[in-house]
Parts: sequence; structure tokens; C-alpha cells
Amino acid sequence: MGNFMEWLDRRFPATQVWNDHMAKYWTPKNFNFWYYFGVLSIVILVLQIVTGIFLTMHYKPDVTLAFASVEYIMRDVPWGWLIRYLHAIGASAFFVVIYLHMFRGLIYGSSREPRELVWLIGCVIYVALMAESFMGYLLPWGNMSYWGAQVIISLFDVIPYVGPALSEWIRGDFVVSDATLNRFFAFHVIAVPLILCVLVFLHIVALHKVGSLNPDGIEIKENKDKGGIPLDGIAFHPYYTVKDTVGVVVFFIIYLGVVFYWPEGGGVLLEKDNFTPANSLQTPPDIVPLWYFTPFYSILRASTADFLVVLGSLTAIAAIATPFIKTKRSNKIAAFVGYGVIAICLFIFDAKWWGVVMMAMAIVVMFLLPWLDKSPVKSIRYRSLPFKIAVTIFVLAFISLGYLGMHPVSALSTIQAQTCTVLYFAFFALMPFYTTWGKTKPVPERLT
Amino acid sequence: MSSNEESSNGDSTNENRSRRRFITGLTSAAWAVSAAYAAVPLVLSMTPSARARNAGAPVEFDFSKLQAGQMVKVEWRGMPVVVLRRTPAMMAGLDEVTELLADPDSADSVQPGYAQNPARADANKNEILVMLSVCTHLGCSPVEKLAVGPDPEMGEDSKGGFFCPCHGSKFDLAGRVYKNVPANKNMVIPPYQYLDENVILIGDDEARNA
Ligand code: HEM
Ligand code: FES
Repeated sequence: MGNFMEWLDRRFPATQVWNDHMAKYWTPKNFNFWYYFGVLSIVILVLQIVTGIFLTMHYKPDVTLAFASVEYIMRDVPWGWLIRYLHAIGASAFFVVIYLHMFRGLIYGSSREPRELVWLIGCVIYVALMAESFMGYLLPWGNMSYWGAQVIISLFDVIPYVGPALSEWIRGDFVVSDATLNRFFAFHVIAVPLILCVLVFLHIVALHKVGSLNPDGIEIKENKDKGGIPLDGIAFHPYYTVKDTVGVVVFFIIYLGVVFYWPEGGGVLLEKDNFTPANSLQTPPDIVPLWYFTPFYSILRASTADFLVVLGSLTAIAAIATPFIKTKRSNKIAAFVGYGVIAICLFIFDAKWWGVVMMAMAIVVMFLLPWLDKSPVKSIRYRSLPFKIAVTIFVLAFISLGYLGMHPVSALSTIQAQTCTVLYFAFFALMPFYTTWGKTKPVPERLT
Repeated sequence: MSSNEESSNGDSTNENRSRRRFITGLTSAAWAVSAAYAAVPLVLSMTPSARARNAGAPVEFDFSKLQAGQMVKVEWRGMPVVVLRRTPAMMAGLDEVTELLADPDSADSVQPGYAQNPARADANKNEILVMLSVCTHLGCSPVEKLAVGPDPEMGEDSKGGFFCPCHGSKFDLAGRVYKNVPANKNMVIPPYQYLDENVILIGDDEARNA
């Protein structure tokens, strides 16, 4: 063995990579519950790829065959039902895990200097993941698949001038059709997974360059022993490989519990209307996107003509307040350019355009998090009260949007969704202010 | 680059450096242009194929069995087309909702000239509505709410109409959109003509010009 490793190491940096990233990769010793979700994301990514390969062996990307081929997998392929459920429920599990992973970044300040790139790459992963699941959802060619794709692709129509041509290009036809199904298969099965794997690799490379943060939000690299090893660091392997194994086991208990005993998840994980084949003449009466898209879907629906008045008023209030804010002159000028653009757009575009734009902005603002957060401390443990209140409101608004998005619109629910939309954006827009308010607690020298 | 020595220790003179930059820049530009050209066939391969473009022949529909107040959906170019024979009461309702509509005169909406009127139908048989059942918001197919009277989605004193389940847009029985809903235009009226008393041709109105 020794000889073999010597032989190998002269030709390939095996031991070096192992040490740099596992056996001598120093990680904070105080990781808690929230730090399982990165590893769990990797586990699910592998799971999705493996189950996906086996589904591809039986699935047929053709509008006349697709629906039946999925039924065939469920009924006739040995263990096919299991592979399909693992994959379909795996998609939901992926988003549960990713949302918790992102929330961790928010409350512990992990996105901030020097981890901005880790966060940005993470945000791109999130977008790629949404594309991946959206395209995968068309493949069973159920009625919800069909109309979901129809609505989402139509979003591109609102782009001035090029929109209609763009959505036609995405569909490869004038309506969602065989061409659309076939290309979504290509994207879902090879293009996006490849991109995801590359992005996850970059995510980890960027993370390992700066090292993980921790629930105390302080850098372990600032206290090293004589050998240059962080005093509060422990080797990733064996300490965290073993600890993470526990997390993975707990995850599988929950996930397999759902797969075996509750695969429809009350119609949320597998939607009722997707058990009927696509019908281009009949939109399902209670059409809803998959649960992990519903917060954004609610924001889309919140945009009505009345709401634009609210939007205009808020912009006006912001414009009046701006001169009184203590900040650089250039910032103020930039703010006013922003208000001007909003005002012009309010004048030119209607509620439909704004709905799509707000939905896109809801994701774009996530990218800005590292620069919006101005708190002197990183971890929620030492943050001031205003931040804790803001995070609580934000979480409630996000969950409410998600809930509202799963139900039909009514006059009341529209107002609720509009309120939550304002709160969602206020959380980001006001972050530079409230993160500096109130008294933060003193940060410890060493991990607690 | 007269000798190996000079090229290996690189930027010995300023002149060499700027030359090298120029050549590197030129090479990069050549790469970029080639990549852009190479992308063209790939990108264009995703546009609708010749087969998709040629599909879409007009469809005939015999509506003789359609009673007043009845509606059917016909498929044309993969899209649902509503054919509705409206009752006199339904027709009367159209004038009562005008105030509530975003584009009552269909000025910003898509329809052939002969259907730009309150009924949005050919004046010859203006009780017959032929309309793309495609919501102008994001393309769902709205549900018909033909009954006059209270409706959970259309409101207390509904005059009948169409309700889009996707994001709650409302339309009247001529496909005209209500105010303050996500959709902003009336639903599209396709070109159509009558082949005889009972048969309609959807997707073609050549004969009208003849
Ligand atoms: C396929 C999806 C993803 C995978 C496989 C993945 C994997 C990982 C892993 C293994 C870690 C280190 C362990 C941990 O801190 O939990 C990590 C850290 C991190 N991830 Fe992700 N991630 C994914 C998506 C995302 C997304 C969507 C975001 C945010 C938008 C994100 C932001 C972060 C940040 C900020 C850290 C650093 C945490 C710290 O140092 O405290 N990741 N990721
Ligand atoms: S598609 Fe009809 S309201 Fe959105």
C-alpha cells in the first residue's frame, strides 16, 4: 500500500488533495445543526443523478409516449416505482435542504467578506436548480407539467421586443409541444446537471480557500498555534465525516419515510392533476406550481394595477427620505437614478410586466446579500434586536407567500400577498439601515 | 522575434511587449468571433422547425348542434379555441359590464377588424363567439363561467364570463378583460369565416377579402 501511494503521489496529488481538503482541512469545532445541509445537498445531488440515470433507461421523451412510459416505470419496471419516487421526492428534499442551507448563510453572516463568492456561486446554483426542477417537471407530461411549462415560458413574453421570439425559441414551437419536451429532456438529463456539478465544485473550491465560518461568526484562522493550525479547528476527517454521517442517516430516515409512506405528500409533493395526461385544451382548475416555487409565484400574482400605485408611493417616500440619510453623495445620486428608472418603468409598463420583473428581482436581491448586510457582527448570536425582528418578519413573509401561492387567489389573499411582497423586498432594501441599529453583543475571542 | 533568447525572456523591450499584447488581443478576438459563429447553428437549431412552421392548417367546425348558451373547445394549432353561441341575455350582459373593463373597445387587443366590436364577433352572426381560449396574461386557458348570477370567482352579480385559474384574470363573455387583474388585453380572436350556414373555418378568412 505504502509503495502504491508513493507511486501514485509522484504522478497524481492524491495524498496532497486528501490532506488539504479532508485530513488536514481545519474546520471550526462548534458546527451545529445548520451545518449539515451543505453535505446533505451533495448527498441529494448524487442521489438525483443516480436515480435519474436509471429512470432515463425506461423513460421516453415523446409526447405520445412520455406519460405512458412513466406509468410503465411505476407499474411494470421492477423497483421502478421506488426509483421514480426517490427521484421525485428527492427534488422536494433538495429544496428543503437548500432553503435551510441558505437560511444558515443569512443568520450566521456566512455570505459576508471573505465568503461573498461562496454565496454568489451558491445563488447561481439555486437558479440552476430551479431550472433543473422546472424542466424535469415537464417530462412526465401530466396536465400540470404542461400548463406549468406554458405559464413559465410565457414569462419571457413580457421582455420588450425580443420576448415573444425568445419564448418561441425556448419552446421550439408556437405552443408547448414535442419539441419542447425533447429539449427539456436534453437540458434536464445532461446540460444542467453538468453545470450543477461544475458549480458545486467551484462552490467548494471557493469555500476551502477561505474556510468555513461557524455559529459564532468569528474566524478561527485568527488564533493559530505555533504549527499554524487554528486553535479552534479540528480536522474535517475524521471528525466531521463521522458527525455528518449521523446527519445523513437522520435525513434518510425522514426522506425514506416520506418516500415509502407518504409519497404524494398530501398533493404537495406529487400533484393530483399530474396523474392525468397533458391536455392542451384544459388548464387544471386548481393549478399551482411545485411548493418551492410558490413564494415567487405569489409575488407574480401580487402585481395588479392597484399594487402599482402602492409601488409608486413607496418609491416617492424613499425619494423624499433619501436626502436625510447619512451616506456618500454618490450613493444618493445612484439612489435617485434608481427611483427615476422605477418611475419611468411605472409609466411605461403595466402590472403584468411588473409581476414578472418583481419575481425576477426577488431572486436577484439574494445575490446582493453580502453587501447589504452592514452589521458589525456576523452571527445572529451577537446581533442587535432589529436584525432579529427583521429576519423573523422575513421568514414569516416568505412562508406566507409560499402558502398563498398554493391556493387560488381571492381579493383578501391578493392583499395579503401584496403585503408580504412589500415585506420581502423591504427586508433587503432596508437591510443597510437596520443592521446598524441597536446594540450588538460583544463577540468572543475564541469559539464558545 | 529574431532569436530564441529574446522570446524566452519575454518582454525585454517595450516595443515587443506592445506587439505581443496586440497579437494576443487579436488571437483572443479571433477566438471570440469563431465561437460566436460556431454558436449560430446551435442557437438556430432551437427555433421552430420547418415542420412546426408548416403545421397549423385551418380547422373546420360544424356548430349546428350547438344550442344557445352552449360552448365547445376546438383545437387549432395546438391551442384551444372557444366556440360559444351566446343567448340574448348573455349578449345584453356585455353592455352592462363596459365600465368594469380595461379595454372595452378592444383598441389594444388583437382581433380581425370584423371582430372589433362589443360582441367581438362577425356582425352576421354576432351571437357566435370564436376566440382563442388563451389568457393574455401567461397563456392558461380560462374556465368558462357561463351562468349569470353570483359566482365564487366572478363575483356577486356576474354577467357570465371566463375566469383564469392561474392568476385570477377575469374576462366577460366576449373575452374582454376586466380591470385590475393580471392580464392586460382581451383574449385574441383568430381569423375565421363561415363556409356555410353551419360550418365555420377557424384560422382562415381569405373568403372575406374575395
Ligand atoms: C447543489 C447545491 C449546493 C451544495 C451541494 C452546497 C454545498 C455546500 C457545502 C458542502 C458547504 C460546506 C458545509 C456547510 O457549510 O454546510 C457549503 C457552504 C456554503 N454554502 Fe452551499 N451548497 C449548495 C447550494 C448553496 C446555495 C444555493 C447557497 C446560497 C445562495 C449556498 C451558500 C453557501 C455558503 C455561504 C456557505 C459557507 C458557509 C460557511 O462558511 O459558514 N450554497 N455549501
Ligand atoms: S395566465 Fe391567466 S391570469 Fe395568469
